[in-house]
Amino acid sequence: MSTVLALKPVAALINPAVADVAVSDHAASAQVAVALADPAETTPAVVALEARSGRGSERLRDFLMAVIPPLLGLALMTGLWSMVATMTGNIPGPGKTWDAALKLFADPFYRNGPNDQGVGWNVLASLQRVGIGFGFAAAIGIPMGFMLGRFSFMSRMFDPIISLLRPVSPLAWLPIGLLVFKRADPAATWTIFICSIWPMILNTAQGVQRVPQDYLNVARVLGLPEAKVITKILFPAVLPYMLTGIRLSIGTAWLVIVAAEMLTGGVGIGFWVWDEWNNLKVEHIVIAIFVIGIVGFALEQMLLLLARRFTYENR
Amino acid sequence: MKPLVKIENIGQTFDTKSGKFTALRDINLDISQGEVVSLIGHSGCGKSTLLNLIAGLTLPSSGVLLCADREIPGPGPERAVVFQNHSLLPWMTCFGNVMLGVEQVFGRKEGKVKLRARVEAALEMVHMAHATHKYPHEISGGMKQRIGIARAFAMEPKILLMDEPFGALDALTRASLQDEMNGVMTKTGATVVMVTHDVDEAVLLSDRIVMMTNGPAATIGEILSVELERPRDRLVLAHDPKFAEYRAAVFEFLYRKQMKKAA
Repeated sequence: MSTVLALKPVAALINPAVADVAVSDHAASAQVAVALADPAETTPAVVALEARSGRGSERLRDFLMAVIPPLLGLALMTGLWSMVATMTGNIPGPGKTWDAALKLFADPFYRNGPNDQGVGWNVLASLQRVGIGFGFAAAIGIPMGFMLGRFSFMSRMFDPIISLLRPVSPLAWLPIGLLVFKRADPAATWTIFICSIWPMILNTAQGVQRVPQDYLNVARVLGLPEAKVITKILFPAVLPYMLTGIRLSIGTAWLVIVAAEMLTGGVGIGFWVWDEWNNLKVEHIVIAIFVIGIVGFALEQMLLLLARRFTYENR
Repeated sequence: MKPLVKIENIGQTFDTKSGKFTALRDINLDISQGEVVSLIGHSGCGKSTLLNLIAGLTLPSSGVLLCADREIPGPGPERAVVFQNHSLLPWMTCFGNVMLGVEQVFGRKEGKVKLRARVEAALEMVHMAHATHKYPHEISGGMKQRIGIARAFAMEPKILLMDEPFGALDALTRASLQDEMNGVMTKTGATVVMVTHDVDEAVLLSDRIVMMTNGPAATIGEILSVELERPRDRLVLAHDPKFAEYRAAVFEFLYRKQMKKAA
């Protein structure tokens, strides 16, 4: 019983758009019904009406096809989850988690000392670390990518280093960070820096190498000075590649921050997961999994939107 | 009249994996002020290579190229190029694309208002004033090429170089752009060198047609002077025996004397 009740709220939690769309669906079908009920006297009106209702039903089908499979997927997940919950006994089911979530999100920004803060603060702390580490990575990685893309000497010089260091888990760098910075917080940021910088360098470099020769020829024929070549041609041409690098970096950074914070402690969603494990509040861990997923999804979507805005080819 | 461009004993070789490849040899050509010259030949005959040499995008392996009595040191706005694939910058509006060149050439001595007027006049000339604030991906291929032509003309180059400017367009759009180009050339008296593989286009637009032999080591085979009155009208010319004669002469060269083996 509680499973069925919990389904819709969980769906809404994961994808708020679903709830919105469901509402507009009602509106759309109501409109179709009105159109059908409308007394049609002349033949053209009937034809128009038929065309409209035909289009309406097609739209309804498209809409159902877009909405039903994801809903089914979520229902399946919730079903499996509650099955596992009843079988094991110590994993909280969807209903219990939902109740806990309501309580938790009633006051996400409370502060009871450094080790007991609301989930909102924890998420913000993690986002801040990601933002800082990522910002440094962009500040160093993007110019480096430009240099590697522009000068094959540089690219040959740094290729072996990058190839060697890139596959290393950023967490392996955590002790080095602790040693250098003497504190946990910058050390966690440091791991974010390390994992963000590789996609940034490599994608920027690739973008620079792929700037169409035609554009550079235009620059030469127009006699553009180097500064204008960079601002008017290279930068806009490389921007989509840079944004891909940024998207990949943010994705990895969001993966890594949870693990890093588990190790360093303090405030942060990763630390919070570990803390709730020590408190044996398993339902909070499940909630954290959802929160991490939603924030990661939101970051990715934001960057995809941004990338679409600055992609000019094939439009 | 003194030639604007002098091409003297040009040869061009490229280093390839299988050794040196000679693309051009012994090219000699003078181009006068106000003249429209077409370079025609089978693909691979080095006509684009020759155009790039005049543009300064590549430098010759041997020989000298002069423009207005000075050696061509590299590319520059005095030798504007209309590229085959239009090469408009997709992140700028049509206005921005034309302005980029105008600013570069006139920005130092003219005010903003005058620069704007130049860009608008250039867009007007190719009948694209309505697309001033559109982005290249919002307009058709033919329109993009018009903007490319406007960009080149707006810089008031000494010579306009066109690399198969209408090659990527469908036949009807191509015809309308050729007519437009004819009008613009008549109006401005521009000096033009154009690469083409369209015989009708060459006869319709040119004062002289430079026919090139097949590569490798291509050179100038024959030069045909086209003495047709300007302005030229394609509908009138279609019935003009002289037009047919010129056309036949080019076909004769391309398909009898320079037939590509196994093509």
